[in-house]
Amino acid sequence: MNKIVAWIDQRFPLTPFIKHELTDYPTPRNLSYWWGFGFLAGFVLVIQIVTGIFLAMHYKPDSSMAFDSIQHIMREVNYGWLIRYLHSTGASAFFAVIYTHMARTLYYGSYRRPRELLWWTGQGLLLLMMATAFMGYLLPWGQMSYWGATVITNLFSATPVIGGQIVTWLRGGFAVDDPTLTRFFSLHYLFPFLIFAAVVVHLVALHTVRSSNPSGINLADKDNIPFHPYFTIKDLFGLGIFMIVYLMIVFFKPNLFIDAANNIPANPMQTPADIVPEWYFLPFYAILRAVPDLAGGVVAMAISVLIFAAMPYLDRSRITGGARYRPVYRAMFYVFVINIFVLGYVGAHPPSGPLKTVGEISTTIYFLIFLLLPFISRWEEKFVLARGLPPAVEAQARKEIAEAEGHV
Amino acid sequence: MTEEHIIKDGADLSRRDFLGTVTAGVAAAGVAAACVPFVSSMNPSSDVLAKATTEIDLSGIAPGEEKTFPWQGKPVFVVHRTPEEIKAMQASNGGKDPEPDSKRVQKPEWLVVIGICTHLGCVPNKTAAGWLCPCHGSVYDNSGRIISGPAPENLHLPPYHFVSENKILIGKA
Repeated sequence: MNKIVAWIDQRFPLTPFIKHELTDYPTPRNLSYWWGFGFLAGFVLVIQIVTGIFLAMHYKPDSSMAFDSIQHIMREVNYGWLIRYLHSTGASAFFAVIYTHMARTLYYGSYRRPRELLWWTGQGLLLLMMATAFMGYLLPWGQMSYWGATVITNLFSATPVIGGQIVTWLRGGFAVDDPTLTRFFSLHYLFPFLIFAAVVVHLVALHTVRSSNPSGINLADKDNIPFHPYFTIKDLFGLGIFMIVYLMIVFFKPNLFIDAANNIPANPMQTPADIVPEWYFLPFYAILRAVPDLAGGVVAMAISVLIFAAMPYLDRSRITGGARYRPVYRAMFYVFVINIFVLGYVGAHPPSGPLKTVGEISTTIYFLIFLLLPFISRWEEKFVLARGLPPAVEAQARKEIAEAEGHV
Repeated sequence: MTEEHIIKDGADLSRRDFLGTVTAGVAAAGVAAACVPFVSSMNPSSDVLAKATTEIDLSGIAPGEEKTFPWQGKPVFVVHRTPEEIKAMQASNGGKDPEPDSKRVQKPEWLVVIGICTHLGCVPNKTAAGWLCPCHGSVYDNSGRIISGPAPENLHLPPYHFVSENKILIGKA
């Protein structure tokens, strides 16, 4: 074994790579389980790619055969039901894990300097993931698949002047039809590999700036421990917990995230009474509907996703550790999270009566939080410094403030 | 017992190694078990298996006529042999893969063979004397036995049985 490794090492930096990225990779010793969600996301990505490749062996991307081929997978292919439920539940699991990963980043301010690029590659990954999930949802060719794709492709009609042409181009026809299904299948197979490549970029960025930590302080060398074995074990334990929840849904509640209407084959002549997107799009869908104007709604929805990228500039506080030492920011974080759930609830129900008003208020709150953050964060910085902080946190904050003001 | 244990800095290393090995073993078994459904999904699905047998009505095949039927996606030649053909075949023992005609038929007038050349898998064409493979010129007689050409074996026989006087079920002996 050692001889083989030595032979490889003369020709390829295997041992140095493992040392640098795993066995010697310095990781803050105070990382909590909230830091395990990146690993979980990578694991779910692998589950989705593997189950997806096996599903593609039996699936037929043809509008006259797609729905039946799903039934074929469910009823006739050996373990087809398992592979399909792993994949359909995996999509929800992926978003649950990624949203938690993002919530951790927001709570602890992990997006702050010098991790802006890390955060932006993550934002790019989120967009790729949303596109992949959206296109994958068309493939079963059920009523929800069909009308979801119709509504979302129609959003592009809000583009000035050439909106109509863009929609026709996206669909490859005047309505969602066989050409749309075939191209969505092609891209749904391609995108996960783009995601995989983007994950590599995300990891290169991470290993350059290293993990943030709950205290936000730049730790001394003695406060870092090797990633392997300490965090491989911690991540694997987190994986065990995740797998219990994930597999419980796969085996006992596999239809939890599958809308009943999607068991009816796509019918271009009739829209189901209630079209609802998948749960992970509900808050953004609620924002889309809250704006009365079509173009305005589309723009608001796009901004609601993209605005996360601006966080390193919207948050002007130099207090480290995110919400931990910042009571006002912490309150804003919790309001934001609760508001997201409210938006999700609104998005899942028909927009009428009081819910319509709730949706409008929630949308306003959503954007107000981002827009007020630059002013509140700067005011809060002064307030917190005056009130007093743990010495290490205060020292780093004062150093960063001095550096910033020195440069100005 | 205790002398076998290696104690270092208060840690029992042999115990630690044992736990490590067991953990890795359980993990490996789990990964192997998780592979089972995926490998299995590539096997023929139940609708394919349902097509594993084919029933053939022989009443429409006149003496001297050959008809081809699909069975498990492969062509099966069914020949209603004439008394002269039967006599000629029973007199010979074939070519390089000698086999008596009686071992190749259940009823002398009905020859049932898989229509795939044993050389490289082409489908031979019917001739008066038997079959000629268009790919590399293998010649088979009216018992499906290889007479000349590169094919190493006689045409294979599918498992089948007579369900009634005029019906056979291919796929089950």
